[in-house]
Amino acid sequence: MPDPARTYDVLVAGGGNAALCAAITARRAGASVLIVESAPKAFRGGNSRHTRNFRSMHEQPTDVLTEAYPEEEYWQDLLKVTGGQTNEQLARHAIRTSATCAPWMVANGVRFQPSLGGTLHLSRTNAFFLGGGKALVNAYYRTAAQLGVEIVYDTEARDLEIRDGRFHSATVANGGAERKVSARTLVAASGGFESNIPWLKDAWGPAADNFLIRGTPYNMGRVLRVLLDRGAQQIGDPTQCHAVAIDARSPKFDGGICTRVDCVSLGIVVNKHAKRFYDEGEDFWPKRYAIWGRLVAGQPDQIGYSIIDSKAVGKFMPPVFPPVKAGSIGELARALELDPAALEDTVRRFNAAVRPGTFNHAALDDCVTAGLEPPKTHWARPIDTPPFFGYPLRPGITFTYLGVAVNERAQMLMSDGKPAANVFAAGEIMAGSILGKGYLAGFGMTIGTVFGRIAGEEAARNARA
Amino acid sequence: MPERDLFGQAEFNMQVCNACRYCEGFCAVFPAMERRLTFAKADLRYLANLCHSCGACYYACQYAPPHEFNVNVPRNFAQVRAETYRRYAWPGFLASLFERNGAVVSLATAAALALFLLGTFYYQAPAVVFAAHPGGDFYKVIPHNVMVWTFGLVALYVLLALTIGFVRFWRETGEPMHEFVVPAALGRGLLDALHLKNLKGGGDGCPYPDEKPSHARRVYHHLTFYGFMFCFAATCVGTIYHYAFGWKAPYALTSLPVVLGTIGGIGLVAGPLGLLWLKSKRDPDTDEPTQFGMDAGFLWLLLLTSLTGLALLALRETAAMGTLLAVHLGVVLGLFLTLPYGKFVHAVYRVAALVRAALERSRPMPNVTFE
Repeated sequence: MPDPARTYDVLVAGGGNAALCAAITARRAGASVLIVESAPKAFRGGNSRHTRNFRSMHEQPTDVLTEAYPEEEYWQDLLKVTGGQTNEQLARHAIRTSATCAPWMVANGVRFQPSLGGTLHLSRTNAFFLGGGKALVNAYYRTAAQLGVEIVYDTEARDLEIRDGRFHSATVANGGAERKVSARTLVAASGGFESNIPWLKDAWGPAADNFLIRGTPYNMGRVLRVLLDRGAQQIGDPTQCHAVAIDARSPKFDGGICTRVDCVSLGIVVNKHAKRFYDEGEDFWPKRYAIWGRLVAGQPDQIGYSIIDSKAVGKFMPPVFPPVKAGSIGELARALELDPAALEDTVRRFNAAVRPGTFNHAALDDCVTAGLEPPKTHWARPIDTPPFFGYPLRPGITFTYLGVAVNERAQMLMSDGKPAANVFAAGEIMAGSILGKGYLAGFGMTIGTVFGRIAGEEAARNARA
Repeated sequence: MPERDLFGQAEFNMQVCNACRYCEGFCAVFPAMERRLTFAKADLRYLANLCHSCGACYYACQYAPPHEFNVNVPRNFAQVRAETYRRYAWPGFLASLFERNGAVVSLATAAALALFLLGTFYYQAPAVVFAAHPGGDFYKVIPHNVMVWTFGLVALYVLLALTIGFVRFWRETGEPMHEFVVPAALGRGLLDALHLKNLKGGGDGCPYPDEKPSHARRVYHHLTFYGFMFCFAATCVGTIYHYAFGWKAPYALTSLPVVLGTIGGIGLVAGPLGLLWLKSKRDPDTDEPTQFGMDAGFLWLLLLTSLTGLALLALRETAAMGTLLAVHLGVVLGLFLTLPYGKFVHAVYRVAALVRAALERSRPMPNVTFE
């Protein structure tokens, strides 16, 4: 437990990428820093432990990035995915600063590598962490500890004393024991509320009981809730979350990257009534995977089934669980506990609607259906070559969009639009300002790194003033 | 999550890893894994022998215990390797020697030691054994022919047992025998073994004995291996001197065999000591406790070999030479006898696995196109 008699310069709530970037930066600037991480050590790091890369602007090829990724293209990519729900000033600041992050990350123990097998589409824009996000988190914790940052695990910031926009102390809980921690500044870097099922139910109703959470059960959004209650300016849609379709057999929490199922565009997806409900071939999978969580969430009992035949084997990243396999569509339906006649009918009608074309999964090909509702507009091939395979799908919640507003100095804004005196925010808790909707691979880590470092620097300066 | 048996967990681990791939940059295991969609026992045995048990993937793993997936590749693959050592052992009935291997190695060494000591005192008068021989002429105590026949026969047996183990391993991978000698792959595999590329952890070294990356294990392994090779070279040079040139041992301190042996001996002291020291500090989370005896037994035996060898060299002109010679040769015999039934076999299967991995890398990616 932290020392109650002490007043820290900087209290960092949270223990993921943004929190660590803030803590290391503040400590290097001479501040005394305490990190309170709600997870136990084994599950530390919030969602960062499941990340794998960092979207980085660059004008020239680097050791791990190909070609160039200039500011304007980066900004346009962001504009596209958010549909304009972004803040150009903050976004461009994050984009520009991303170009300078890699050396700092390396100096603090992070190692990069070229893009992983199966991720060639990201080799130009995203720098991959050697060993992934947990390796990055481990490196930052080692660096932080070496620098003398105090770190407590299993400790949640439960309440914050904030009066007239000024932070005074936090009440932290470790097991049953509560204690007050005084600090001159607060960096809120404790993420969203994706693991908080009751909160998710506020927006989604009972359907949220069938959601799987891709991160640890510790992302409860407690600090976010308290900050909003204490008058912070709210940003982002409170009802929205980033949801992808993942294997329904995944653990309730913390399934991470490996639970995704990447064969949707190669076959059809049906609901529990064995009916199709959306165009599986609308666009390339990397551009579409993030809408399928919501699509499945909208189906009865929040479940779907991706059905492929043996032509698709080896054409997608292998999922973690083996598929349900059968020699006929009827048999597959029985194994998936679907109505065999209904699935046979759906597949028959789909196969009959498929027009001749030249299949090419690497392009938006001309394999389409005709006279079918919903249509499949690319990669439509008859499902006719046994064995047949099925993967059950559920919505997998990655993160939430609700957050607190900040300015370019990572100062948290109060509801009157004025910055709080000594509260800074970084990472997912403020990402909604920039990423109001959709997702851009590796951009969460960019926001966390850029604003984490700014928050750390500003907090250290503020504490000395 | 269901309880899984050894290969069930190994297969599950590889399915998790193949769907995740974050550890791809650490070592050869993960790129080899990515060439597969399913993992039969033969695949798992090959991948397990490719694993250098460095621990990098364990600390980086989102799915490591206490996560319910319970992915601990270093430990699981250590267990699979232990199974393969028994499986490929020749003759098969000696496979059980890999169980409680520390005790086996100790007993074998004690027996070999006793054999040499008793033999020496039985055949040689005490006056000869306990005399100081000018120049350290050890053939006066144990004749050259006795040494050659003893170690020649044992060496042939060891070579046969290891070769059969290698053939069994290679056959199970499904590769034809002639593929092993494809020059490019063989060269690449040997090179990877000789500079321990896969203990570099992608650059900074591997997290051994604990979470912090370090090159310590690589350095100590190099000292051990190259120490061993220097000693071997000393023996070879001595043999050539003896038979080709008729130059009989003992050789001068500045002679090639003695210099090579001394350098090798020093490496074989520092290397095993360092590895034992690291092992004593290893994070129990990544270690496989049932293998401690096998690993430590081999290291102690190497250490005893070099220490007795160096002592023999230092005291070769004194009255202690005779006894030390018997002791040293006893230890070396113990080492030789247990080579096919102890930690040493890892070298055979590791090199074979590295050559196979190089061979696979030289071929186009099979059946897996994701982009």
